Amino acid sequence: MSAVLVEDRVVTPPPVRRRSLVSALGALPTVVLLLGAVYCLFPVAWVLVAATKSTGELFSTTTLSVGSSLVANIGELAGYRDGMFWRWMANSALYAGVGALLSAALSGVTGYALAKYTFRGRTLIFNALIAGVLVPAVVLAIPQYLLMSKIGLSDTYLSVLLPSVVSPYGIYLARIYAAASVPEDVVEAARTDGASEVRILGSIALPMMVPGLVTVFLFQFVSIWNNFMLPYIMLADDGKFPVTLGLYTMLKQGNSVPALYTLVVTGSLVSVLPLIALFLTLQRYWRIDLLSGAVKA
Amino acid sequence: MTTRVSGRGGAAPKVAPYAFVAPAVVLFLLVFALPIAYTVYLSLFRTEVKGLGLGKGGRSEVFVGLDNYWRALTDSELGAGALRVFGYGAILVPTMLGLALVFALLLDEDRVRARGFSRIAIFLPYAIPGVIASLLWGFLYLPGTSPFNQLLRELSLPEVDVLSPTGIYFALANIAVWGGVGYNMVVLYTALRAIPRDLYEAARIDGCTPLQVALRIKIPLLAPALVLTSLFSVIATLQVFAEPTTLAPLTNSLSLTWTPLMKVYQDAFGRGDLYSAAATSVLIALVMFVISFGLLRLTRSRAFGGER
Repeated sequence: MSAVLVEDRVVTPPPVRRRSLVSALGALPTVVLLLGAVYCLFPVAWVLVAATKSTGELFSTTTLSVGSSLVANIGELAGYRDGMFWRWMANSALYAGVGALLSAALSGVTGYALAKYTFRGRTLIFNALIAGVLVPAVVLAIPQYLLMSKIGLSDTYLSVLLPSVVSPYGIYLARIYAAASVPEDVVEAARTDGASEVRILGSIALPMMVPGLVTVFLFQFVSIWNNFMLPYIMLADDGKFPVTLGLYTMLKQGNSVPALYTLVVTGSLVSVLPLIALFLTLQRYWRIDLLSGAVKA
Repeated sequence: MTTRVSGRGGAAPKVAPYAFVAPAVVLFLLVFALPIAYTVYLSLFRTEVKGLGLGKGGRSEVFVGLDNYWRALTDSELGAGALRVFGYGAILVPTMLGLALVFALLLDEDRVRARGFSRIAIFLPYAIPGVIASLLWGFLYLPGTSPFNQLLRELSLPEVDVLSPTGIYFALANIAVWGGVGYNMVVLYTALRAIPRDLYEAARIDGCTPLQVALRIKIPLLAPALVLTSLFSVIATLQVFAEPTTLAPLTNSLSLTWTPLMKVYQDAFGRGDLYSAAATSVLIALVMFVISFGLLRLTRSRAFGGER
């Protein structure tokens, strides 16, 4: 029955009554959607153009006319305080890359355990982890800073990395993904064959969970790369700043040194390029459907 | 998804699950539980200065009970900040979710063109950090660099200053809408794709227009997903910090205590009063918990129906 209906939908043209209504509305739905796309792309397009302008041009020329200073701007950005910008980019890559990798691994192991074993305290642990999502970042960041400084870890790479590794969100996703993608009988069969639990996890479960863990990695990568408050509170030495914090400090000085605005614009462009590249190339792993719990793997 | 533990494969693993969750639990306790406990502890104390406050023992921590909470609750700047965030959220959340819903419904219509392109384009800002988004929009707002103001100038129309004390609400809400609309659109669109197509066919045969299908079938069935997206949006709204902090250097409309979280930061690091900052943080967390659980209670069975 449903197969017939599906075919019907594809093959037969819509009834005349509906078609007339559609033509009355014309291309309105498409136009609305495209307007949304233009709205979302506009600031990106603007920064692309603005990054080509010199400081003088930034404040004087017509907004969407391309300037001539892109190379000069990038050169100036690279030279800013002996390559400080590249150092910030490297720091961001380090925080986000290492943090997301550790986070995905931890989420995978924890999510698998929570999904596939029944043990005392399982519900308690899961609920406590989920409640962690709701705790506002600042409630954590300030005492985290105080505790880190007590053990002498404030203003270190670890102070930003450590709090980024546990991701309640990631564990939640990994649990859903483990429940959906690791079949019970496979685990049982391996157990019957005498495989140890660690071996089942390492050679059977985790490999099956890889697509889900890539998703966790991506979400965590973006959330660490985007995190502003944690490094803002933890770090004092600007040599350890991630690029977001670095650009913010440049913008703050821009009030007195307008030439820095050009560098901030160029820096903004350069700093989003890796994220956009990651976003476009790994598109199929952006599995937002996992978030709604609607996964049917 | 409960685990069947059959007798066939030998004894049920007893130690393994604990060993597997141990690293996460330990880190969670260190990075989440301990700081929360420490915040609550700090919120009950205050520094008291003895004599001139010099030398060892000149300053001491004294227990003051709920006094810091009372001070926070009666602090006019904090109350004003809460109202500002409420106003900002009242603009942001309905606009963002309304647009996300419209875009999701359009993506679900077979007749609409350029859907693949639009979906990627609208989702793209999600990959851009809030700070960078604020920088980009900041330049688009700044009268000196704004293309909108330039256009108005060329048309000899009066210029608009979105960085004015009133405009700033819209300026900030716009940055958040821009960054979040695509994400919510994809969540809603995914929920739409999960609705059995036969339902639409039945409605169409009964003579429903696509608009009626959207209003009477799709939107009611999207209710759980809408609750979920509202919940996450409200939580994110209450935590707003990076965007106003980044825009602040560009305008006088944003004080350093514009939102409650900015006030917490100022209390802690600007004035060095960790105790007030701790009490305010706990209050913000409580408000968030009440709102979150209230929203979830309202429709828990529907929102999390699939995952038990």
